[in-house]
Amino acid sequence: MNAIDVRGVAKVFNPGRSNQVEALSGIDLSVESGEFITLIGPSGCGKSTLLRLIASLLSPSAGSVQVNAKPAEQARLDRDYGMAFQTAGLFDWRTVAKNIELPLELMGWSKGDRRRRSAEMLDLVKLGEFAKHHPSELSGGMQQRVAIARALAFSPSLLLMDEPFGALDEMTREHMQDELLRIWGETGTTVVFVTHSIPEAVYLSTRVVVMSPRPGRIAAIINADLGDRTAATRDDTAFFKKVTEVRVALRDVEG
Amino acid sequence: MNALKGLSAPLAAGVVIFGLWQGALSLLDPDGFVLPAPSEIVGALIDNWDEVYQGTRITGFVVVSGLLAGILLGAAAALLVTRFRTANETITPLAVAVNAIPIIALAPIFNNWFGLTSPRSNQAIVVALVFFPVFINTARGLVRVDPSQVELMESYAANRWRITREVRIPNAMPFFFTALKLATSLAVIAAIVAEYFGGRQDALGPMITQSAGLTRYDEAWAAVLAGAAIGAVLYGVVLVFERVAMPWHSLIRSHREEP
Repeated sequence: MNAIDVRGVAKVFNPGRSNQVEALSGIDLSVESGEFITLIGPSGCGKSTLLRLIASLLSPSAGSVQVNAKPAEQARLDRDYGMAFQTAGLFDWRTVAKNIELPLELMGWSKGDRRRRSAEMLDLVKLGEFAKHHPSELSGGMQQRVAIARALAFSPSLLLMDEPFGALDEMTREHMQDELLRIWGETGTTVVFVTHSIPEAVYLSTRVVVMSPRPGRIAAIINADLGDRTAATRDDTAFFKKVTEVRVALRDVEG
Repeated sequence: MNALKGLSAPLAAGVVIFGLWQGALSLLDPDGFVLPAPSEIVGALIDNWDEVYQGTRITGFVVVSGLLAGILLGAAAALLVTRFRTANETITPLAVAVNAIPIIALAPIFNNWFGLTSPRSNQAIVVALVFFPVFINTARGLVRVDPSQVELMESYAANRWRITREVRIPNAMPFFFTALKLATSLAVIAAIVAEYFGGRQDALGPMITQSAGLTRYDEAWAAVLAGAAIGAVLYGVVLVFERVAMPWHSLIRSHREEP
């Protein structure tokens, strides 16, 4: 079963008005369960819009979006996916543990179950000792790990991420990429990941979706079949060849 | 210990200011009605303790009741306008229009409505003056949320009320308390000036006008001092509530080293 099926999707903002923007046009994309897909492209190519259509935070102007073989909105109502953003979007007024428990509260989990689950998730992102801290006491990278833990807390089959590491420094970023791949390996979750960074896209994903702007289209889909990522992968010639391949595809797009 | 440390600098400044005030007056020796010395004001306060105490109770009641009603109305209106579009289109322009009126200038007119010796008109003035800063600030806090927090809640299929409760209201708290700090001093000013025009005659406002009319300036200053005490106590109460309601906020401030 495909985790995501996007068929003939277009998105027009402010239709019929002077500030009308054709954000996406003719998008077809299928994502298999367990895949790690990145969406990459220049600003204005609609990659974040496509992510929000999959999340049913926006609705398409044309075409259909299916998540887990049901309409995207139903998938949202069924809480089939977890989401993380560029800003961690943590609630300052909740402790780290309570932030992770927020989706569980909304789903009506009991207090004991929530406690246990948030403790597990904090261990997963290696922040066990920070449960009772407030987000403002954590570094940017730690906050982003809490956001990922929150997105995964209810074991969604799909994880949607909108440039989650965009605001982090290079060192933290690479570390977070490894963390994310480890979590992905442990949970088997399908991931759709929006990024600006070519090496990040190649390092993380099974397939890189290259998008072109005005209106946003899928220009190329590149298999990043590099096998298991290790510390050596980033220095591998195969890795560099893939980076070049994506870069060339992006250059064609910018034309 | 920290509280004592925080207080020592302003206390020292106060002692210096009052010392200079007292010293300058004994040196220059102007006529008593220009500016009484701090010692004379304290003397007048002790001599007229019963009247000042009674006045503080009367004015304090007007301030506190008006403040509470104004805060409740302001916060409720802010919730309404940020929740319902029609409420926003009706209440917001109305509130802005009311705020353009120099409300304190309405005191004689309100006295006519509620009766010259009734405290109701003074309460109404306080409510009207407190309402606006609470309304505007709280509404801003309810609207100015991190968009990704709202998207996150929508991704959890949370309804609008739940989003208000989990995101908007906590986000509005710092704005709300900033408004309350403004509102406490506004409320004291509003009550005392309104009392110049009517209401109970044993309140602080009439005590100031009558003492000044009889050139008993030390007594007038004693009543002003009592008004300042009401404002200071209420400000302190707001600070305590702020700490209790937003334990996370002092944490943020200490980490970002804001004033």
